[in-house]
Amino acid sequence: MNKKLSQQIAFIIFKLFGVLVVAILISILGFIIVNGISVINWEFLTAFPNEGMTTGGIFPAIVGTLYLIIGSLLFAFPLGVMSAIYTHEYAGKGWIVKTIRMMTNNLASIPSIVFGLFGMALFVNKLNFGDSIIAGSLTLGLLALPVIIRTTEEALKAVPNTYREASLALGATKLQTIKKVVIPAAMPNIITGLILSIGRVSGETAPILFTVAAYLLPQLPTGIFDQAMALPYHLYVLATSGTDLGASRPMAYGTALVLIMIVLTMNLLASFMRRKLEKKRSK
Amino acid sequence: MQKRKIIRRILDNITEKLLTISGAVTGIAILFITFFLFTEGAALFQSPQVEHGYALYVNSSNPVNTLQPEETKAIFDAEITNWNTLGGKNSEIKIFRIDDAFQIYPESELGENYELLPAKLGEIISKEENILAFLPTQYAPQGTAVKALAAKNIQPKEYFLGKEWLPTATPVPLFGVLPLVLGTLLVSIVALIIALPLGLGVAIYLSELASDKQRRLLKPVIELLAGIPSVVYGFFGLVVLVPIVQKTLNLPVGETAFTGSLLLAIMALPTIISVAEDALRNTPRAMREASLALGATQWQTIYRVVIPYAKSGISAAVVLGIGRAIGETMAVMMVTGNAAVMPHSLMESVRTIPATIAAELGEAPAGGAHYQALFLLGCILFVFTMIISISAEIISKKKTYKTH
Repeated sequence: MNKKLSQQIAFIIFKLFGVLVVAILISILGFIIVNGISVINWEFLTAFPNEGMTTGGIFPAIVGTLYLIIGSLLFAFPLGVMSAIYTHEYAGKGWIVKTIRMMTNNLASIPSIVFGLFGMALFVNKLNFGDSIIAGSLTLGLLALPVIIRTTEEALKAVPNTYREASLALGATKLQTIKKVVIPAAMPNIITGLILSIGRVSGETAPILFTVAAYLLPQLPTGIFDQAMALPYHLYVLATSGTDLGASRPMAYGTALVLIMIVLTMNLLASFMRRKLEKKRSK
Repeated sequence: MQKRKIIRRILDNITEKLLTISGAVTGIAILFITFFLFTEGAALFQSPQVEHGYALYVNSSNPVNTLQPEETKAIFDAEITNWNTLGGKNSEIKIFRIDDAFQIYPESELGENYELLPAKLGEIISKEENILAFLPTQYAPQGTAVKALAAKNIQPKEYFLGKEWLPTATPVPLFGVLPLVLGTLLVSIVALIIALPLGLGVAIYLSELASDKQRRLLKPVIELLAGIPSVVYGFFGLVVLVPIVQKTLNLPVGETAFTGSLLLAIMALPTIISVAEDALRNTPRAMREASLALGATQWQTIYRVVIPYAKSGISAAVVLGIGRAIGETMAVMMVTGNAAVMPHSLMESVRTIPATIAAELGEAPAGGAHYQALFLLGCILFVFTMIISISAEIISKKKTYKTH
């Protein structure tokens, strides 16, 4: 075959693939948005589910997801940032760092359902927390840990070494340098990681199945040892096991849209911040 | 002044110690996960084959001493009806359950707290030579001609090579994971076959052909695809893909292995694209220019120079894609129909390991054989993904070309 022709054919195919991927995303988002937008109103966001979850709203699920986000990041964010500071600023370049980094990668690759199993065995059964916000938060926090560690490490890497050297030359200790110079400089990037992990945590279903999620609760949780509803699990329930699947479908579309909005807003915010920072740096 | 300095030094010291400890947090987490999964899972092999708290009894003249779980199941399913199939006499097997005792004896004869029941049960078994009694050990029959079948524990072979997953069957639950393992592999591998050319194509397009403007459009799209929660994918699959598959392929149900693969392919795309694109971009500019200078077209350069150079990175993308697919729970559970049988074709319902855990753990009583069997499934999944992530790391570090 003519080599020009084969090049043209190949390039057209690749271009089509690119278009196809965009089309897939648009069709998924479009499908959820078109079907969900008419369901969302003030009542949907602030009312409890009603009549076998076919009317009313998803307020308790939104609140539950909020609690889980806060709970998991309260635990994972400081721990993740500290871990990254140790690996990047203290540990040097030997086998320790290599091992830690490998562990972080491995933790990131563990399927979320395995986190759910672990959370159930340790937090729910062994530590006797029962199905509770604290058990769910700790499980989700473990899941968010690698995300936070990686982004924080990237953030620390982006701080120029001259900053550190200048600070040390002025007589500051290593810890002072980290506290007063490195962390402030890396903060915006670290926050990006925090935002990304909010997106991750709010969308996960499998880890909360057996650690916190409730099918339906008549009131909001009052403490950290209460069960809670959560958006992703609520969507799963609405989609597969409602009493009247046809009648609860609109509720499912609405829930999916709210969930997607939260997750995508977080992702867009993160990439927006990242881009802004990159621009700032290149100036 | 001096005092404050000392306090600060102590505080700094503590902070640095804390940092050191938290450096190991992911390692500790992995150790904990491994420990809990494996202790819960391995306990399965200390569980009896017969349902907890029950045992099987025969008349002592019966030559049969043990039964395999499949044999017991076949007997209670009326597939084996004669003792001679099992090495016994040529006589019909007579199944006896605890409820049958209440048919024979009025409750008044059994005592207030059923304290006379064991003796009565013993009487029945002694009289009936062909009996196979499935009774709670709490009321273990007492009599001279009663023989309890040897209570064996669940064997690793039965678990890892068993072809039937019937965790709630009585009197013997069957925990054969083969259908689940094969189901998982089938769905994931087909997903990868669909996603790989597509993902690789897009990666090549992004790294070699796209203008800056196109790249700025495509990159966020791929990031957004990665960000959509899996339960939303599952919902989309359930409402859109399932009916489409059912109609276009003219199937009785749309919830098939193929539907799961299709959905998983979409979900694995972002991973494959971004890892493969990174690998392609890492090809040195000099190599491309050398190829072009020799008169090769851009396409020839891509598939003769760039792709071979990026081979290890692309392999890593493949491996990571499989890893993502194998562990995916919610989306697959919602569209594959979840029939726990050996998969025969792509157009039938299958059940994967993660979906089994998610669907059954809620109903399995903690500490029971079923619960332990599900934890062991978690161990299998864990080992799978560990192998995958480590091999991806090794592959992506390997250089295909020697640099001089």
